[in-house]
Amino acid sequence: MAKFIAQRFVEAIPVVLLASLLVFAILHLIPGDPVDAMMGAAAFGVGTPEQRIALAEQIRDDLGLNDPLAIQYVRWLGNAVRGDLGQSYIQHQAVTKLILDRLPSTLELAGAAMLLSIVLGMSLGVIAAVKRSSPIDAAVMLFSLGGVSIPSFAFAILMILIFSVTLGLVPATGSGSFDRLILPALVLGYEGTGLIARLTRASLLEVMGLEYIRTARGKGLHPRTILRRHALRNALVPIVTIVGLQVGRLLAGSVIVETVFARQGIGQLAINAILAKDYPVVQGVILLTAVSYLVANLLVDVSYGYLNPKIRSA
Amino acid sequence: MPLVSAVVADRRPLPALPRPAGPYRRAWWRFRRDRLAMGALALFALLAVVSFLGPLVIAIDPYQQDLRGSLLAPGDAGHLLGTDNFGRDVLLRLVDGGRVSMTVGLAAVSVSLAIGGLIGLFAGYFGGWTDRILMRIIDVKLAFPGILLALVIVTVLGSGLEKVMIAVGIGGIPRFARVVRGSVLNTKGELYVEAARSIGASDRRIMFVHLVPQVLGPVITIGTFGLATAILSTASLSFLGLGAQPPTAEWGLMLSEARRFIRIAWWLAVFPGLAIMLAVLTVNVIGDAVRDALDPRLQTAGD
Repeated sequence: MAKFIAQRFVEAIPVVLLASLLVFAILHLIPGDPVDAMMGAAAFGVGTPEQRIALAEQIRDDLGLNDPLAIQYVRWLGNAVRGDLGQSYIQHQAVTKLILDRLPSTLELAGAAMLLSIVLGMSLGVIAAVKRSSPIDAAVMLFSLGGVSIPSFAFAILMILIFSVTLGLVPATGSGSFDRLILPALVLGYEGTGLIARLTRASLLEVMGLEYIRTARGKGLHPRTILRRHALRNALVPIVTIVGLQVGRLLAGSVIVETVFARQGIGQLAINAILAKDYPVVQGVILLTAVSYLVANLLVDVSYGYLNPKIRSA
Repeated sequence: MPLVSAVVADRRPLPALPRPAGPYRRAWWRFRRDRLAMGALALFALLAVVSFLGPLVIAIDPYQQDLRGSLLAPGDAGHLLGTDNFGRDVLLRLVDGGRVSMTVGLAAVSVSLAIGGLIGLFAGYFGGWTDRILMRIIDVKLAFPGILLALVIVTVLGSGLEKVMIAVGIGGIPRFARVVRGSVLNTKGELYVEAARSIGASDRRIMFVHLVPQVLGPVITIGTFGLATAILSTASLSFLGLGAQPPTAEWGLMLSEARRFIRIAWWLAVFPGLAIMLAVLTVNVIGDAVRDALDPRLQTAGD
């Protein structure tokens, strides 16, 4: 088992390196100079043009922007590994601090959405599989198709319209309290709920057709026991995969959901940084997302081995 | 030949031999029986016709402002879906937005198909190091889930619809590359490929003449799903302010602008939202049916 984990870990390293290289390239392949952006209007009109050029050159030297790209990359990566993601051009703060300040809000949202999609998605999937080909089944399938077809921002606005504007049940925007978490979590979790429901249903139906389930039925076990103790356990492997993939979706989806609900989270930090061309922040957020996504998938791979001993030895 | 003529003494014309139906004809036959999918296809065709031909038929300009007739509720003064804050007709803007969404969506899918298809073809056909290097590059996409890669690319390119087209297109490359590679791996060992090689066909000829037709089926399926994703991503990026810029009539942008008026003009948010939903849902339903029709073996239990 330890060997299996180690192997998966080693395999993930080149992907992380390539991803970080891509993220790094963003900053350095973009036309335009970060120093000009940093000096911005503040430096405008101060001193003679020659002095300004000299100052810009001085800053470039200080920041190491005149070094070869390869050296800059290694240095950036080295700092990133130690938790230093550089300085924001616009907010004049450490990127790490900006991210850490907003991380709890996003984790809260993503966690609530994940919990919702697992609990609701699996329940709906099991119900649909048990009541196969009934109107209930059709309703669940339609609901889950909506999850991948309804854009989160449209769904969010619809929710705000119904529950905040018309019914006045919950606040439309902001973060920090439970009633402000309900709508965003619902919106962010819908896509995952649909996917998990669909997959649970398909996976369960496949398992239910296998011989050992027939055996269990043959020896007179209660259908509920068969479902819980025999079928659901083996149906779990594909569900765990999609849960792992959800981590990435949730982080990417939070960009939109946080924008609509005006939540101070990582997603909103990223979108504002993109709009303001604050590249170190963009770099930092994307690197964080990429790494957490890969780690989540690593955990999923490891849990396969735990759920299914056959995979471990293969 | 007396014997034969005795048997066929009856000179009536024989019933026409049923032409051996090709795989696509059979797929279409299966597709046609799926009533939901046929409904979706009809709806999509309607949407396409209205979006592309509508502006030619209707003389009113979707950008025509009328500040005295602003924020009219649906049905008021001949505006079926109401007007926005500039007095522009919402229905006309939706129609115009449909054209934008479909054009950008199709263009993005074409980008993914062209690049992803070639990568998959080369990786699958040549194997070895070519395969390993190409597929590792594709793997990097794994680290950028959902809309994130498009965000990164738009950061580099700047905002605007053409850039969104490229960004969304690049985001779709891995899916095409993987599927094409998989099909090529399955097919390149077939006897007919070996036969082609033995009579001296070049690699290029084998790839494009003999292998490409074999991968077409799965490509059509993911192309359909890809269109749904592309429409959705385009609208999302526009919603975030990175895609279409005002005054373009684009569904995501319209929704974004509607947020300011949500308390007084619900129709500005609801109709563009419904339009995106309907378009994406329709394409997804068609995609489901296309997958089942092209490869019935793939059908999962009960689906």
